[in-house]
Amino acid sequence: MTEWRREKLAREARIEAGRVHAAGKVVPAGTAVALLEAVLRPGDRVCLEGDNQKQADCLARALSACDPETIHDLHMVQSGIVLPEHLDVFETGIAKRLDYSYSGPQGARIAKMLYGGQIQLGAVHTYLELFARYFVDLTPNVALIAGVSADRDGNLYTGPNTEDTPTVVEATAFKNGVVIAQVNEIVDKVPRVDIPGDRIDFVVEADTPFYVEPLFTRDPAAMTETQILIAMMAIKGIYAEYGIRRLNHGIGFGTAAIELLLPTYGEKLGLKGKIATHWALNPHPTLIPAIESGWVKQIHCFGSEVGMDRYIRARPDVFFTGADGSLRSNRAFCQTAGLYACDMFIGATLQIDLMGHSSTITQSRVAGFGGAPNMGSDPHGRRHPSDAWMKAGREGEIVGDPALMRGRKLVVQLVETFGDKLVPTFVERLDALELAKTIGLELAPVMIYADDVTHIVTEEGIANLLLCRNADEREQAIRGVAGYTEVGRGRDRAKVEALRARGVIRRPEDLGIEPLDADRALLAAKSIKDLVHWSGGLYEPPARFRNW
Amino acid sequence: MESLTFRHTTKTPLPGSVPSAITGVVASGNLEILLERVLPTDVCEVAIETPIAGYGDVWEAVVADFVARAQPGGLRISINDGGARPDTVSLRLLQGARLMEA
Repeated sequence: MTEWRREKLAREARIEAGRVHAAGKVVPAGTAVALLEAVLRPGDRVCLEGDNQKQADCLARALSACDPETIHDLHMVQSGIVLPEHLDVFETGIAKRLDYSYSGPQGARIAKMLYGGQIQLGAVHTYLELFARYFVDLTPNVALIAGVSADRDGNLYTGPNTEDTPTVVEATAFKNGVVIAQVNEIVDKVPRVDIPGDRIDFVVEADTPFYVEPLFTRDPAAMTETQILIAMMAIKGIYAEYGIRRLNHGIGFGTAAIELLLPTYGEKLGLKGKIATHWALNPHPTLIPAIESGWVKQIHCFGSEVGMDRYIRARPDVFFTGADGSLRSNRAFCQTAGLYACDMFIGATLQIDLMGHSSTITQSRVAGFGGAPNMGSDPHGRRHPSDAWMKAGREGEIVGDPALMRGRKLVVQLVETFGDKLVPTFVERLDALELAKTIGLELAPVMIYADDVTHIVTEEGIANLLLCRNADEREQAIRGVAGYTEVGRGRDRAKVEALRARGVIRRPEDLGIEPLDADRALLAAKSIKDLVHWSGGLYEPPARFRNW
Repeated sequence: MESLTFRHTTKTPLPGSVPSAITGVVASGNLEILLERVLPTDVCEVAIETPIAGYGDVWEAVVADFVARAQPGGLRISINDGGARPDTVSLRLLQGARLMEA
């Protein structure tokens, strides 16, 4: 007779072994190692919650302290490789295989370990892609997650950084897996129930509050005139041109400058209410002046941002908040929103090649993808029109029946022609290709493929790649905005001028922008302190940004 | 330290009569520019002191584009570079020319 309940029985055995170390569901931090050694089995697929921001750091320390004789060869399936412990487990043999999305802070070390063969890499995913695989072929046996508080039944309050938690729990708890949550405190009643208690098997009261990375705070004091010029061109040449209302911003200084120019430069152009009203975005502090000036109708968030909690609580018309008043974020839903419900993604990158492929990989760092490839791609499954989407579709249409034309998402790369230390952004060949060869990746880690990119904006101008009709035009359009980089100086001047005459390339003067007007006086806030003032004192910046 | 000098002929003198101006600061990634109206009105000379060697052809291109655009006849321009990127150099040169035109 077929046994249909093997996984269920295995789960019950794990729970029973773990119960020895718990009072009900509650486990003290000091016993976390014993709990994990009781619940885990060699070869398990484990999701150790490491999100873009929130980190299950207490459980990460416990896992890395497990005895490799008992717990070994784990297959880690988690979105973020952020903490040192996330890689320590591969050095000791506790973990062997890895499928993940983002490794920004550990980019250099993970590159070394991949090269040294200490990690067997499955793939580097986008967030949505990894989440999707949680439900198909990477379902965790055990999930180690983080929340702010829990009651004794396991009802979990994640706080504003809900992020990946509901997705991870959904995949684990409903497929015979074990869910262990670390919380900052055990309470009698949680402020709101983000995860119902019957999906949580154990609650570990952490020794210290979980770590949150402030990833989305850009100090206006560090913004340059070049970034302001690029932002002015983007607002006038793209936001206004296409009437972009629904959008997602990357985390760079260029897009932060755009946020700070909306209430000043945008207002002067009469664009309030016509652009940038609906967002899929983390709560960027630099968006505060635009929110306070009435530009923003609503924002759905992937996660929260350090210091923004009080401000968000006071602006429930703009943000998604729970019955308790605090932000409810959700990475999977927000990524989906960015993919299907936004007309534009605009963000920065480190390298762009002659066709427009881009990558954030350099030869010694593997930063992973996060969400950018989803935000920055044209979803072929979209079926609802909007003016911006249809206009882009018309521009990109070369052949075929106009009656069957579909729209295009705008995917805009906003870059300065040179990065730090005079490193050129435009290159003949992406470093990602070399890295793929070195560590034996089957798929070169390209952040955004050329066929998804619609515009490149630099301080020299805007290249509209939708209007390019062949590969040669495309290459010259890119060279034509690549400034004084080798790629830029290698342009065919006559062809570039011809593209400019057709509006494929637009210079600041073609847009009616005087580069000398790109002044810091245009920024709605010139410092973090200004942002605090704009928020009426509600924004509480982290210590490292308080320099007054 | 590398020293570079570029001499160009211009079609017109730079408008205005301001005798000299300074713009920018000597800081990492930035530069200081001194502009003096001391040369014949159809000549512009740009002298550069930069801590980063090997970018002569980039400087040459940046200066040539600036001269073509601003027609800064009559100016001797001295640049004290702190490792500025080309776009910053362009911007500072144009800012300097505007100060001289005032």
